[in-house]
Amino acid sequence: MTGMPDKTNLPLLKVQNLSKFFGKHIGCHDINFELSPGEVIGIVGESGSGKSTLLNCIAGKTNPTNGAVYFNSSDGYIDLCMSDEALLRKIARTQTGFVTQNSRDGLRMGISAGGNIGERLMANGMRNYGQIRKIALEWLETVEIDPARIDDLPETFSGGMQQRLQIAANLVTEPKIMLMDEPTSGLDVSVQARLIDVLRKLVSRLNLSMVLVTHDLAVARLMCHRLYVMKNGKIIESGLSDQILDDPRKPYTQLLVSSVLKP
Amino acid sequence: MYVAVKGGEKAVKQSRRLVAKMRRGPETVPPIRTNQIEHQMGLGVDRVMAEGSLYDNKAAATALKQAQGDTMEAIFLVRAFRTTLKRFGTSAPIDTQDMQIIRRISGIYKDIPGGQVLGPTYDYTHRLIDFDSDEKKETPLKNQVPTVDSTEQDISPQQMTRVIDILRQQGLMDTASPTTPHKNVEDLTREPLKLPASRSIRLQNLARGDEGFLLGSAYSLQRGFGLDRHPFLGELRVGYIAVKYTPPELGFEIIIGKIKLTECFMINRFDGSENKPPGFENGYGLVFGQSERKAMSMALLDKSLQNSSNSDSKTKYPAQDQEFILSHSDNVESSGFVQHLKLPHYVDFQSELVFIRNLKKEHDKKKETCLEPSI
Amino acid sequence: MSHQYNFAYLDEQSKKMIRRTMLKAIAIPGFQVPFGGREMPLPYGWGTGGIQLTAAILGKEDTLKVIDQGSDDTVNAISIKKFFKTTADIEVTESTENATIIQTRHRIPETPLKKGQIMVFQVPIPEPLQFIEPRRRETAKMHAYQEYGAMYVKLYEDIATYGRIATAFDYPVQVNQRYIMSPSPIPKYDNPKLNQSPAIHFFGAGREKRIYAVPPFTDVKSLDFEDYSFELESWNEPCSICGSTTSFLDEIITDDEGTRLFICSDTEYCQKRSQGGE
Repeated sequence: MTGMPDKTNLPLLKVQNLSKFFGKHIGCHDINFELSPGEVIGIVGESGSGKSTLLNCIAGKTNPTNGAVYFNSSDGYIDLCMSDEALLRKIARTQTGFVTQNSRDGLRMGISAGGNIGERLMANGMRNYGQIRKIALEWLETVEIDPARIDDLPETFSGGMQQRLQIAANLVTEPKIMLMDEPTSGLDVSVQARLIDVLRKLVSRLNLSMVLVTHDLAVARLMCHRLYVMKNGKIIESGLSDQILDDPRKPYTQLLVSSVLKP
Repeated sequence: MYVAVKGGEKAVKQSRRLVAKMRRGPETVPPIRTNQIEHQMGLGVDRVMAEGSLYDNKAAATALKQAQGDTMEAIFLVRAFRTTLKRFGTSAPIDTQDMQIIRRISGIYKDIPGGQVLGPTYDYTHRLIDFDSDEKKETPLKNQVPTVDSTEQDISPQQMTRVIDILRQQGLMDTASPTTPHKNVEDLTREPLKLPASRSIRLQNLARGDEGFLLGSAYSLQRGFGLDRHPFLGELRVGYIAVKYTPPELGFEIIIGKIKLTECFMINRFDGSENKPPGFENGYGLVFGQSERKAMSMALLDKSLQNSSNSDSKTKYPAQDQEFILSHSDNVESSGFVQHLKLPHYVDFQSELVFIRNLKKEHDKKKETCLEPSI
Repeated sequence: MSHQYNFAYLDEQSKKMIRRTMLKAIAIPGFQVPFGGREMPLPYGWGTGGIQLTAAILGKEDTLKVIDQGSDDTVNAISIKKFFKTTADIEVTESTENATIIQTRHRIPETPLKKGQIMVFQVPIPEPLQFIEPRRRETAKMHAYQEYGAMYVKLYEDIATYGRIATAFDYPVQVNQRYIMSPSPIPKYDNPKLNQSPAIHFFGAGREKRIYAVPPFTDVKSLDFEDYSFELESWNEPCSICGSTTSFLDEIITDDEGTRLFICSDTEYCQKRSQGGE
């Protein structure tokens, strides 16, 4: 990943001692990291390692057992774990975006592409049809979907297009942070490549900050500045992407890396 | 020509007259008496009492007569009557252990303390219509079968241990008894349904819910739309129980009457979790009168709704979904709303007409302009 | 079995509970207040909500008008009127002007309402978000957090598909710049009559057990976009009876060939005009 993030600004997100237990089972334990503006962080590990639990805690979808998630909102730092639902939902529709693995969970399948992109705008008070339509057309172009398909239902789109539409529907209100849960899994390699290409362009153009959960180290290498390797709910190794992938310290990370074909 | 939009009042009056005539039927047939309905169509009366949520045989029988045997119409009549009744107090919780049993079976133990009591049931009759039933002389049954008649005054409790308590004693079932009396029981008929609903409200809702809806929903569970394991009938008992009440002016408990109830415990295997040891879980059903299929359906649904309300996981099937089951179980509500479509909707339809005509006009115009160049 | 019913059927305790709910509804314009709805001797969906509200506020001095689809004389209006005549023995009228309480299904009278009059609407589905999100737990949150994006998505889709907003009746409104509310299935033609109306408007949903209200002189805005504004139905013909060009017209088919006539849906208004008032 080219272009280093701006470290002079305050972090957008500070995750401190975050833990989530399901009964005796550990979801994630004692997680600490920070996300700077313009930075893309990757959380990697096998399935069941606690990646998605961690992401859900950050997104306010799951209430953590311990710890704090400080979000640098327009009103200064607030702890998302201590915030009430009203605030969480407001932040979720204005300042953060969430892209799910399954686009069915992130899109309204019975609503046109334009309607899907427009929803966040309308939720935030935009009441001009022409303007909403114009922005939707621009975003379709940005995520490389033929603008002529603005009135088509997502159901008629391919898997890759659905994911790009989901990204557009999230980015339309210019959230500060994008949270992504395995956005590329389930897609063909060539379709994946296009999605990653679009995402990379967006990151450099919009100075996006992103927390990306993936089990795919190739995706992580292409997208992320820093990587956090999770095993059994804990972060066992972290560092710059190239450093982790080219020179892994922990045997577990070495195993993960060796199981993937080098690009 | 001018079409009459007046005349509703006359029409309504005539309609009422016609329905009265239809209800009476031909004059050559003697009119049916409400006490005949009460005593010879007892299961129908039971259902009207259960879903009308009012234990009043006389009112239920009269309602059935008035409704020409239309059960839901009769239930509706009873409900409307029930709203107007004054509440003078709350009876003591009943303990079904003290039930005067007329029927009691268990599907999980061959023999149980107190024994299996087959009692009156259609289960083992052959369903052959007896076309001679009118001509047959009914042989008096008095000496053949000892009966507990609802008109008998005293009740001598038999104290039959509930099968579920046997499992409890063995530590295989939650110790919290579902009949543990609460101080302030919420009342579904006085407060709107709030979701998520407490178990007490859920049970109240199911107890007065439509038998057909409950049955179909429970059946869907059994067919794999919500249950992945076979449930067991822990116990089904039917019998009479005394209702006790302490009038404030007396200060001591008196028996104010007795009611017939059907109670059901359904049992499901539970393989254990972090906080709970392996064992069995139960679903509970309790219905006015004798209605075994409803009590059993209720028990299956109770369990299903308990599970889905315990975890915050999403429900997959309708019969696991509290809001789906509880909002659609009441047949006075559903029957009214489905049938309100019979009311005039001229105005709404007029708005639709105007909209569609405009749309069609534009559509036709577009087609014309599209065709023009090719002509 | 003889049985004496209370004035206006409901017992006083129940009426009191309903009046309290109504006061709360007035205090939070457009907000759906749950209430312990009672079973009435009329079926759910036939106006049990409205009947309960009317029963709760009805006094011996009141004059009641009941309309259904604008008409005083349709079967349901007759049946409800008869119910209150029997149980409360109050004065009934067809005159909009003389009524103190007007119970209605699906219309607001053409004759302008006055200060002091109370409109009682029968509501089948009180939740304007119902067809976007059927779960009550979720819609309650959407109202609480003013998350109305999805509601506008529906309007957006209409315009994208039909070039205009396709809702013709039960057209959603925003009350007092806060809650989105269903005006009940009145034609959208009647929506503007709610805005800054001098009368009180109560909405009762018996089956769904909710009451809401629009207090007098409150802003009621029909949802729309800046560039696709709310528009009213119009007819090319006047009323065949009274000649009105400003009222909501019903279409009547007069023969097998489909010959159509248009007449006022508000029968009392039409009658008043044709009898030479105006």
